[in-house]
Amino acid sequence: MLALTLYSMLPVLRNTITAILGVDPAVNEAALGVGMTKRQALFMVELPLALPVIMAGIRTSAVWVIGTATLSTPVGQSSLGNYIFAGLQTQNWIFVLFGCVAAALLALVVDQLLALMESGVSRRRRGRVAFGAAGIALVVAAALAPSLARPPGAYVIGAKTFTEQYILAALIEDRLRAVGLTVSRREALGSIIVFNALAAGDVDLYTDYSGTIWANEMGRTEVLPREQVLAEVEKWLKERHGIALLGTLGFENAYALAMARKRAEALGIKSIADLARVAPRLSIVGDLEFFSRPEWAALRNAYGLAFAAERLLAPDFMYAAAAAGEVDVISAYTSDGRIKQYDLVVLEDPKRAIPPYDAILLLSPKRAEDSTLRDALKPLIGSIDVALMREANQRAGDTTRKETPADVARWLWSRIEAKPR
Amino acid sequence: MTPAIAFDRVSKHYGEARTAALDDVTLAVAEREFLAVVGPSGSGKTTLLRLVNRLTDPSEGKVRFQGEDVRAQDPILLRRRIGYVFQGVGLFPHLTVVENIGITPKLLGWENSRIAARVDELLALVHLAPEYRGRFPNELSGGERQRVGIARALAAQPPVVLMDEPFGALDPLTRDALSKDYRRLHETLKLTSVMITHDMTEAVLLADRIAVMHAGRVIEIDTPRALMAAAKHAYVRELMQTPRRQAERLGALLSERRP
Ligand SMILES: Nc1ncnc2c1ncn2[C@@H]1O[C@H](COP(=O)(O)OP(=O)(O)OP(=O)(O)O)[C@@H](O)[C@H]1O
Ligand SMILES: [Mg+2]
Repeated sequence: MLALTLYSMLPVLRNTITAILGVDPAVNEAALGVGMTKRQALFMVELPLALPVIMAGIRTSAVWVIGTATLSTPVGQSSLGNYIFAGLQTQNWIFVLFGCVAAALLALVVDQLLALMESGVSRRRRGRVAFGAAGIALVVAAALAPSLARPPGAYVIGAKTFTEQYILAALIEDRLRAVGLTVSRREALGSIIVFNALAAGDVDLYTDYSGTIWANEMGRTEVLPREQVLAEVEKWLKERHGIALLGTLGFENAYALAMARKRAEALGIKSIADLARVAPRLSIVGDLEFFSRPEWAALRNAYGLAFAAERLLAPDFMYAAAAAGEVDVISAYTSDGRIKQYDLVVLEDPKRAIPPYDAILLLSPKRAEDSTLRDALKPLIGSIDVALMREANQRAGDTTRKETPADVARWLWSRIEAKPR
Repeated sequence: MTPAIAFDRVSKHYGEARTAALDDVTLAVAEREFLAVVGPSGSGKTTLLRLVNRLTDPSEGKVRFQGEDVRAQDPILLRRRIGYVFQGVGLFPHLTVVENIGITPKLLGWENSRIAARVDELLALVHLAPEYRGRFPNELSGGERQRVGIARALAAQPPVVLMDEPFGALDPLTRDALSKDYRRLHETLKLTSVMITHDMTEAVLLADRIAVMHAGRVIEIDTPRALMAAAKHAYVRELMQTPRRQAERLGALLSERRP
């Protein structure tokens, strides 16, 4: 916020200077001629005359700041953007619409209040200025209230920008509330942002994936067995940041190759090794970054994969395309609900070419030894297998169900409880 | 008696300009004198006025105000003691008529009631109805603006008034009326006035003396009568032709029509 404010000062400052320099030199001369000091000329003549241009700068900046602040959600600020990003992820268009309309309205209201102040100042109507200023103060107060209202001792749960993360954050929240802890959530954070927030203690806990820490934070590129990656990640987190890896949730959300079940059975394909044999006759579709990721290179090296055709497609269309038989193989996330929805199979990776992406619960340094927290989360460890997570993701993604991530989290918990241990 | 304003061998070069805007001017304006300054465009008339209230300072020579070198005086206080009507008026567009007129008294720290009374007096003096009080300059005609400009120059009761083409934008009738009004004020308020004008007839009718400028120099200065009768410079004789011809033609016209 501070950064935004400072940054927005630049055009305001530039406008002010341009405006003052733009005041008619004849009027300036008159100001001196009637006996004003330089200072009086500035405050009694130059600034008032420059005011419309200055205010135009301020108004532009204000609208710009509101726009930018709305998009500041991925860098960890709460704003109307939360609605937009959360809505986009969970395909809740009402949320998206609400976020956009509210941001636009806010911009308009602030702009109009500033215009009111401007006309009040230039026509010297105290009432207008006071009303405009009061309005702005109210907007600012309303904007700051949520972050001030956050209870100081609360546990802050972080979440990244996709549905699974919203469900898991809601699940964790319910667990903590169940043992009487106060909780708040910060959602729609970028991968790197949420990790840094955890290390700094701005976020107390969230779910990450071992492969993400391995590649993004540790900068490792080699593919090692699942247990070894987990062990090294845990050690590195502890030593480097004091972050505790509480445990795995039980599923992986890794890159994988998937096929329509019927097609895979017809071709007798169960694993990527099987696939490699027939691949030259098949086509593959990857999401926008798949073919440039280390996973793809690793797969090709390990299995000697080569397809007749490689294409790119947005994830939303890939699954349907595979189900419809328009393409043979797609890149997929193992926990994606659409695997179940479209009845796809995830091909096994016997050579373990794809790095493991175990879902892991991370605790900030400050909360690392918090036994209340640890005890509250214990029931979640190892409790969600990939089929269950897929089903949960599918429920949340199914727009006909109208279930919020929080609803799905409650459903998920009922399934975890029901499971024999 | 010390002159109100005295120029002593004053030259002014603006920046790097090769020719001088003012070239070795020596001139004295007596207390209570009305001096008209005429001359072609760019001859240095405005520069002459600006030197008096230190809107600019001379490159060489000395300007005295009431006997004292202006360079030794605080320019701010000096300007508040000298009324100035700017070429092109120079009203403050964001201030009302009343605020424009009352600006110098306000700077001098007069009480509000005194400023208000003074503004009313001046509005009457320049024949502006009270309904103009709250108007902004862009809501006035050019002539009305000039009247406000004159009122503003007179507001703080300065002993000396400098006017740069004060009546330029007025229709002949108003111009005639206002210049006569001003001449009356000049007498009753015991002012010293310097007025730049392009209208020779106006200069002849209003001024005690006329200074004719040319290329930064005051080439001739004398009473209107003397200049009309025998000007030394050809240019001045040429200038003086205008009012004389007008007078002759008018006289002829009027006598023809007499029954
Ligand atoms: N601030 C300035 N900087 C540079 N040159 C200037 C400046 N002011 C005036 N001059 C020059 O000085 C000369 C005299 O200008 P001045 O304004 O005194 O003329 P003037 O007699 O008032 O003319 P006019 O009748 O057109 O108002 C002109 O050549 C003008 O270009
Ligand atoms: Mg001039």
